[in-house]
Amino acid sequence: MNAPPRDHHVNFAYLDERTKRMIRRAILKAVCIPGYQVAFGSREMPLPYGWGTGGIQVTASLLGPDDVLKVIDQGSDDTVNAVNIRRFFQRTAGVEVTTETPCADVIQTRHRIPETPLREGQIIVYQVPVPEPMQRLEPREAETRKLHGLAEYGLMHVKLYEDIARFGHIATTYDYPVLVNGRYVMAPSPIPKFDNPKMHMNPALQVFGAGREKRIYAVPPYTPVESLAFDDHPFTVQKWDSPCALCGATDSFLDEVITDDHGTRMFVCSDSDYCRTRQQAAQACGEEKLRARA
Amino acid sequence: MPGRDVDTPLLRVRGLRRLYGRRVAIEEVSFDLWPGEVLAVVGESGSGKTTLLHALAGHHMPDAGSVWFDTRDQGHVEIYSMPEGHRRALARTDLGFVHQNAADGLRMNVSAGANVVERLMALGQRNYGDLRVQAAEWLARVEIDPCRIDDTPLTFSGGMRQRLQIARNLITLPRLMFLDEPTSGLDVSVQARLLDLLRQLTRQLGLAAVLVTHDLAVARLLAHRMIVMQQGRVVEAGLTDQVLDDPEHAYSQLLVSSVLPP
Repeated sequence: MNAPPRDHHVNFAYLDERTKRMIRRAILKAVCIPGYQVAFGSREMPLPYGWGTGGIQVTASLLGPDDVLKVIDQGSDDTVNAVNIRRFFQRTAGVEVTTETPCADVIQTRHRIPETPLREGQIIVYQVPVPEPMQRLEPREAETRKLHGLAEYGLMHVKLYEDIARFGHIATTYDYPVLVNGRYVMAPSPIPKFDNPKMHMNPALQVFGAGREKRIYAVPPYTPVESLAFDDHPFTVQKWDSPCALCGATDSFLDEVITDDHGTRMFVCSDSDYCRTRQQAAQACGEEKLRARA
Repeated sequence: MPGRDVDTPLLRVRGLRRLYGRRVAIEEVSFDLWPGEVLAVVGESGSGKTTLLHALAGHHMPDAGSVWFDTRDQGHVEIYSMPEGHRRALARTDLGFVHQNAADGLRMNVSAGANVVERLMALGQRNYGDLRVQAAEWLARVEIDPCRIDDTPLTFSGGMRQRLQIARNLITLPRLMFLDEPTSGLDVSVQARLLDLLRQLTRQLGLAAVLVTHDLAVARLLAHRMIVMQQGRVVEAGLTDQVLDDPEHAYSQLLVSSVLPP
């Protein structure tokens, strides 16, 4: 990866300082009220809505010159959205970037939480298309705000009930609604429900930014996050029959990859950094054994 | 009503007024409703019947006057002085509201079963199996085939939608129902069945009801007492048979005489 040079015609991390301050205030408020959607003055960004404008604004206001940034899209560091956003911050902030989860201070993500457990001091920034978990069933925003305010969340279970009635099990597999700190129901952004348990009591700060909808919300470190369910249909995560074809991991979220025109397929880790680290470790281990034998 | 003082009214309404801009929608409406009693509100279109119903149900704050409801735990409470959360909680447990247009009272893109048990889920019931059983039971009680439990109300006929609305409201065993022209838009045989069902359910459950209608036959069939409204005011009140057979006010006389005999 050859880093593009820092463009000194724009302010550090693109946004002007007053905007960043406004966004930081929104983030602070969001941290104080876990799961509550804080309205903020979302700015026009040099990329279209739906490409992570909310996440980028949050990242821009959180980044310091010494921070190390990691950007992932569907778990991978090399997909187009991740590459673009990483280059954006290299050009506008000149920050160091990494693909290694443990080395990063700020991780901006679309649709995944890294497999490597996060640590204290890290911040994970989610890109959120639809911040309102009840929007499908209650399109009036004045009403959903009221429902949040009064903690009337019967509606969320209507959605889960429908799933079971139609498919025999809770068929929601991503953006699976969660209850944060026993108070606010929150949309965790379109991460697979496989990642939901990772949000629970996570040592890292989790911040969610929705650019088009102009909302920021957060889960502070070590906050309980409970996935909604029925007593007789408890929350479960996806399982796969085979381990990752590349690194042999059995504990990670796998993507199905079609490899030819005859329907041959393989399952590989969606978290590319996790997969690569495991492969390298296995290789190093093998080489060491060879050396010991020689 | 076991263990309840039958001498206290369930609903006490005093001096209700609501304005739309400078236009008076309802003015000086006062009455008491007793447990298990069905009160019909009749009058022509635009006489303030529906406005009155929404004011009673806690949907729209009146400009003056008070609505006292005999709550289970605190006795008489003025519903508009309650915190909004409490008022909404009361509305989804002890009150029911059947809309004239079923689409306003139902979630049209959600299955009938989910519509029926939504209130229970809002109250914190989290066992799918139990909810399912109750949904089927209530569908049967309102004469909807329980095998339609997973169909959306979009596939239901007008009469079925109205019955589904009733089931959805009755599942928490409320003590007071508000019915806003529940039979309008239904053909007569379906109307008759719905009325029969309503009469049966109000008897069985000891339910009080405020029934808004412009159909005097419906009022005669269901209501114990009735009030006649004209231009936002109550012009006559009394026992149903008394008002219908011997109307005193000129407008009531007009109303009664306007009914076409079949």
